[in-house]
Formats: sequence, structure tokens, C-alpha cells
Amino acid sequence: MKRFNLQALANPQLLALAGVLLINWILFPNFFRISWQDGRLFGSIIDVLNRGAPVAILAVGMTMVIATKGVDLSVGAIMAVCGAVAATMVVAGYPTPVAVIAALGVGIACGLWNGFLVAVLDIQPIIATLVLMVAGRGIAQLITEGSIVTFNDPALIFIGTGSFLGFPMAAVIALVLMVLVTLLVRRTAIGLFVQAIGVNRAAASLAGIRSRMLLMLVYALSGLCAAIAGIVVAADIRGADANNSGLWLELDAILAVVIGGTSLLGGRFSIPLALVGAIIIQAMNTGILVSGFRPEFNLIVKAGMIILILLIQSPFATQLFVRRKLVVTREAGK
Amino acid sequence: MQDGPYVLEARGVIKIFGNHVALDSVDFGLKAGEVHALLGENGAGKSTLIKILTGVYQPDGGGVFVDGTAVSLDNPLHAQTHGIGTVYQEVNLLPNRSVAENLYLGHQPTRFGLVDRRKMESAAKVLLKRYGLNIDPGSELGTHSVAVQQIVAIARAVELSGKVLILDEPTASLDRNEVARLFEVIGDLKRSGLAIIFITHFLDQVFAISDRVTVLRNGRLVETRELNSVTRTDVVRLMLGKDIAFSGATDLEPDGPTTDVLLDFRGYGRSKSVQPFDLTIHKGEVIGIAGLLGSGRTEMARIMFGADPADQGSMSLSGKPTAVRSTSEAISHGFGFCPEDRKAEGILGDLSVRENIVIALQGKLGWFRALNRDEQLEIAGKFGEAMDIRAASLDMPVKLLSGGNQQKVILSRWLATDPSFLILDEPTRGIDVGAHAEIVRTINRLRDDGMAMVVISSELDEVVAYSSRIVVMRDREMVAELRGKNINPGIIVQAIANHPDEVQA
Repeated sequence: MKRFNLQALANPQLLALAGVLLINWILFPNFFRISWQDGRLFGSIIDVLNRGAPVAILAVGMTMVIATKGVDLSVGAIMAVCGAVAATMVVAGYPTPVAVIAALGVGIACGLWNGFLVAVLDIQPIIATLVLMVAGRGIAQLITEGSIVTFNDPALIFIGTGSFLGFPMAAVIALVLMVLVTLLVRRTAIGLFVQAIGVNRAAASLAGIRSRMLLMLVYALSGLCAAIAGIVVAADIRGADANNSGLWLELDAILAVVIGGTSLLGGRFSIPLALVGAIIIQAMNTGILVSGFRPEFNLIVKAGMIILILLIQSPFATQLFVRRKLVVTREAGK
Repeated sequence: MQDGPYVLEARGVIKIFGNHVALDSVDFGLKAGEVHALLGENGAGKSTLIKILTGVYQPDGGGVFVDGTAVSLDNPLHAQTHGIGTVYQEVNLLPNRSVAENLYLGHQPTRFGLVDRRKMESAAKVLLKRYGLNIDPGSELGTHSVAVQQIVAIARAVELSGKVLILDEPTASLDRNEVARLFEVIGDLKRSGLAIIFITHFLDQVFAISDRVTVLRNGRLVETRELNSVTRTDVVRLMLGKDIAFSGATDLEPDGPTTDVLLDFRGYGRSKSVQPFDLTIHKGEVIGIAGLLGSGRTEMARIMFGADPADQGSMSLSGKPTAVRSTSEAISHGFGFCPEDRKAEGILGDLSVRENIVIALQGKLGWFRALNRDEQLEIAGKFGEAMDIRAASLDMPVKLLSGGNQQKVILSRWLATDPSFLILDEPTRGIDVGAHAEIVRTINRLRDDGMAMVVISSELDEVVAYSSRIVVMRDREMVAELRGKNINPGIIVQAIANHPDEVQA
């Protein structure tokens, strides 16, 4: 039993996370210091969880989409649309729950649109979701009428900046969402069907899986996650910024999923590891920020780190590792 | 073999892929001014031979000779300089460029280093007229019919090479009139002294225009014959490898099964896929479907299973009118289907043996009645044992298994759903002898247990051995339903080759 636990901890994602955190700690010794203030936790590591939450939320839906051998480029734009919907509605005087539910509904509708293009019209996912990636920001600007819509609704702001048992609300939402979706796909047959579609859609359909319906739902889930992330981000800055909300976050979400070990070729997936991936990305961002590198190096350092992490996970590295191990045992046998 | 002055010749050509011998010492000679049909079922080695003759592959043994001298063709372009041109089934041209540009792409007439469009178009006009095409050379190629595009492709190939023309299933996507037109062009080219290799699955077309025929089977040369010395039946027999005499009937099930009718298809069909057919299937009965590749066998199976739903006719299940509009509907009625292309449509390669076995049952149960891991292992273990699946573990990816074991996994997948009607498309193709025997044994066992089955197979001896009736398909039409004690592979071959009214078994 103990041995099993150790092996589970030795997966590349957790090792990479440990490595990144270690580097952060070396560069910035106060990285792990946590203090309690005004009924909530403060510290760099808490900040990582808080800042990483939007990408983590996106990664939940993105994992499922990528497991079907798809990709959803539109999530950043859907964030902007849904943030704009929530903000303009509370400003217009609607009760907060109505505004939030409307924003979530819009996110699902956006996802269903993507799903329709992919599942029914058989358009390649990268192109199908590109449509909304481009159009979404335009729609968001139409909703906000070109300005940043700011609001003071305390309930909505709580979603982005509040805390639960001392932890930032955004991180709590990401965690709860991860647990719920993981339970949904693992306790039902949905996870198996999604993998089957991702591995071989033709074979899955012939085995009686209603792949169209399932694909629509998976994209709808991704839209829903994007809506939640959009509300969190808007609530955090107390305003909906159609131009910048969620900008390029779809790429971070895809990266988080890939770092989490889900292949872009579809099939096997892990939502919890995608969240670890999101935390790795944010830990790197924060680490680079606090370490005092000149800002122009940030993106390059980040790129280098990502290449390193992906290299560690690659089949090539596994092979190398296994071969070396073999050589070692053989030499030991001599 | 008759020693003609061959324009293009392959002598003792061997091609090996991995440990699979695709071509085993094949001889092939092509004379000027003949249309030479090259026939064989899938995997017979036709396309490998063509690729060697056009320089796509290099032979591992033997040689290619042009006008009697050995040549080594490095690539298709090199083959072109030796006068060998090819036209593929899918037109390999640029639909968004003009007809003239397509004809002269890569060797356009130039003036001062620029393309001389006027000269090119007038040359194209003259050239096309020779092929009986009176179209504007400046028009976009994509606006013309496939037949016209095909002729343009031929014109281009002949223009560039001019000695040998290889036509790889050129008629596959053409209608009757277009085929006739294409054949006129081919006839003219033949009279002008061109040597033509013609590959097709349609026997009628072979007999319409060919002078000689070469049949390959399993990578070996079966025979090259003058066409006027063979009958259709001979050709089919050569292709399927049935060197049997027309006697010695195999014992079949007693005619007229006494069990209940399970399925009844009336005028069932799908436009552009399979002509309407009538078929009644009883419980405990195996219907064999025979026919050449492309005869509509697989299409018929897909219609029955709802993978391509029928758009005409009706079906009744145990006497009740039933519609099958999708695969999931078919499965809910107790149908199962093992597709012909195991890798593309059967296995879920990256998923485990266990998941591959339970997937159809889970699909039948729906999203929310999920089988847990223990239940999955039990089901997979039970069928894995019954079918003798040789896997190191039920959790290993199915793609690592041999073809035969993969086939057993797919069969187990359906047996786990407890079906009443199973459709097997080429269940024994490309698998080892042991698995082959196991699958035939399973078919017999299931039939005795009262399951209704449709089995498509090119292995006629095998079909005869387990079927109670045999349906023969030709040109996407059900042309015969053979029953009775006297069916033997010879009669089936005759039915495949001849017209339906000539078959009276």
C-alpha cells in the first residue's frame, strides 16, 4: 500500500510541480510563507492558487474536449462574452443570481454552437472553435458597447475576491468544479465513451455510442467552464473588459491539459492532472515575477520551462529512462 | 509464357514489407496496342505491382524492363521519362486551375520566361479535340464532370509519357454513359499503339475493352490469359482461387429452416448504395454473402445495421415492423456488427482489452448505469476465456494484440450484448490459422444456439461450410439467393460471374 502511494506521487506532473516550487523557493525564500489576515490566508503560494484558478477552471472543460480529439480555441472569447453579460446585467439592475445564471446559460449556448459545428457539420474543431474565438470578442464588445463595464455588486464581487475557509473563492470554485466533473465522468460511463470517441470515432459510433450527442455535451461543458472563468475574472477586477478578459487564456488552458498528460490525439485523460498543469503554469508565472528577472525574459524563461516539462513526459524520455535503468541493472548483474 | 515484344515488363518481381511478402516473383508483360486488365481481390498485390512499375516502390528482387532493357525507376517522374504515365481513381489534378493549365502544368510553353497562355490554350484545344472533348481550355477544371476530368487526366498522362498508360480504377466514380465515353477514348488510344493497363473491380468492363487479363492472388501471379479464351466464371475462379470442379456438393443445412422468422427485409435499400433487396432471416440461420469486392456486400451490412440507414423498403423484427435509423437503435434491437476494416472501424486501439469488450454493452446500458471496474473485468474475463483471447493482461492496449486476437475481442464485444442477430464482415480476413479456426467454431456454436447471422466472406469454402443460404451480390445488387443441398463454391463463382437468369442451381 505504501509502495503504491509512493509510485502515484512519482508521476511527471507532480515531480514537475515540485521542481517548479523548489526553484521558486530557492529564488524567493519567502515563497511558502503563509499568513492569516482578516479571516483569510495570504502568501505567494495562495496567490498562485488564486491567479491560476481561471486557467484551472478552463482546463476542466478543455480536458474533456481534448480527450475527444478536439480542441476549443474559443474559451477565452467566451470568458469575455459571459463576463460582459454578467456585468451589464447587474449594472442594469437585475439580481445577481439572475445575472450569473444568464451568463452561465450564454456560455453553454456558445459551447453548443461549437459542438454543433464539430459534431453535426463535421468541421474540424480547430477551425470550428476559431469562429467563436474571433467573433466572441466582437460580441462581448457589442454587449459592453465598447467600454469597460464596472460594477459594485457585492455578491458578484465575492465570487472573484471572496474567501471560503480562508481560501480564495476562485480556487475553491476550481476545486469544486474539478471534483464534480471528475465524479460525473468517472462514476458514469461518459468518461469511457469520451475516450472511445477520441481514440476512434468511427469505431465508437459502430459500437453504438451516440457520438454526436456526447460531443455537443462536451463542448457545452467547455462553454460552461469558460462562463464560470469569465465571471470569476470579471468579479476579480470588478468590471467586464471585452478586449482583455481571458485573452490568450485558451492557450494556457490547452497547455495545462497537455502538461497534465492528456494527449492532443485524444483518448486517455485526467482532469486533476490538468489542474496540476494549470498550477504549474501559474507557479512559473509567479516565480518569474517574484524572482526579479527582467520582465522581457519572462516569456522566454516560461517557454524554456515548458519545453523541459514536456520533454520529461515524452515517450522519448521514458524510453531513455527505461533503457538506462536496464543498463544499470545489467551492469549490476555483472 | 508467350514471348511478345513487351513495352513494359516485370520479371520475377519481389516486394517485401516487414515480414509480409506483398509480391512473390511476379511476371507481367505489357504489349503495345493492348488493353491489359489487372485483376485481384484486395491485398492481391495489384497496387504494389503498379507502384513498382511506376517507380513509387523499388523491387526487392527481380527487375523492370522497358522495351527489353532493364531500368531502375527511382520515382514516378523518372517513370514518366520512360514513357509510363498513371491515372488514379481520384483525379490528381488541380480543380481550381484551368483545363489548359492542368494539361501543361510543369511544362508550360513559355515566351521570354513567362507562360504563354495563348499558345498553351490553343494547344490544349487541339489536344482535347483528339479526345472528343469540346470544352473551353480556359475554364476551371473543377466545373466539369468527373468523367471529363478523368479524360483530361488521361490526356495529360499520355502527353507526358506516351508509351504506357496505367488506369487505376478510373471508372469507380463514373456513371454508365461516362464509362462508355471513357472507353471510346481508351479504344482510340489503344488503336494508336499505346499500351494500357486497366485495373477495375467490374468484370463487365474487363470484358468490354480488354485484350488480355492478368490475375494476382495473395501476392502471386495466378495466370495471364487472352481474354477471348476465358469466360467470366474462369476469371472469378482465378481471382478467388477456387480451382474446384463443378461437382462434389458440400453438405448444407436442410433446406427451408423450420425455426421462426427473426428478420424480414422487403425492398430494403439505400439510394446510391445498394439496390432494394428482399431477404428473410430465421433464427439459428447463417446467411452467407458472396460477391467480389465493391459488389455492395459491405454496404448491405451497413444498411442492415443502421450505420448507413435504409431510405427505402421496410423491415420487420419477429413480425413487428421496425425501423433502424442508427447503430444505437440497431443495438437496442439486439443487433451486432463486426466491420471489415478492423483497425479503422473496429478496435479502439489505445483503450484496454477490457474496455474494448465492454464498450458496446455499456453503450446499450447508457450513460448512467456504468459498469464498475470489477464488473468490467468479470465480463471481459468471461468472454476472453470463451473466445480464447491471448492477451498478457486485460488491461493492455488492444492495439498490441495480433489481428486474430483483435477480431476475437470485437466478437466478444458483441457477444457481451447478448445479441439475437450478428453481422460479420470478413471475420476471418488477415488473421492467423488458430484464430481463424476459433472464429469459424464460434460461428457454428452461435448458430446452434439459435442466433441469426449474416456472414460476408471471400472464402467460399468457408461460407458454404457454415451457411444455410447464400446471397450473391453483384454491382450493388442482390442477384441471387442460393439455397438447397447442392450449393458449392463452383456454383457461387458462377453466380458471381454470370447474369442472374443464367444461374439455376
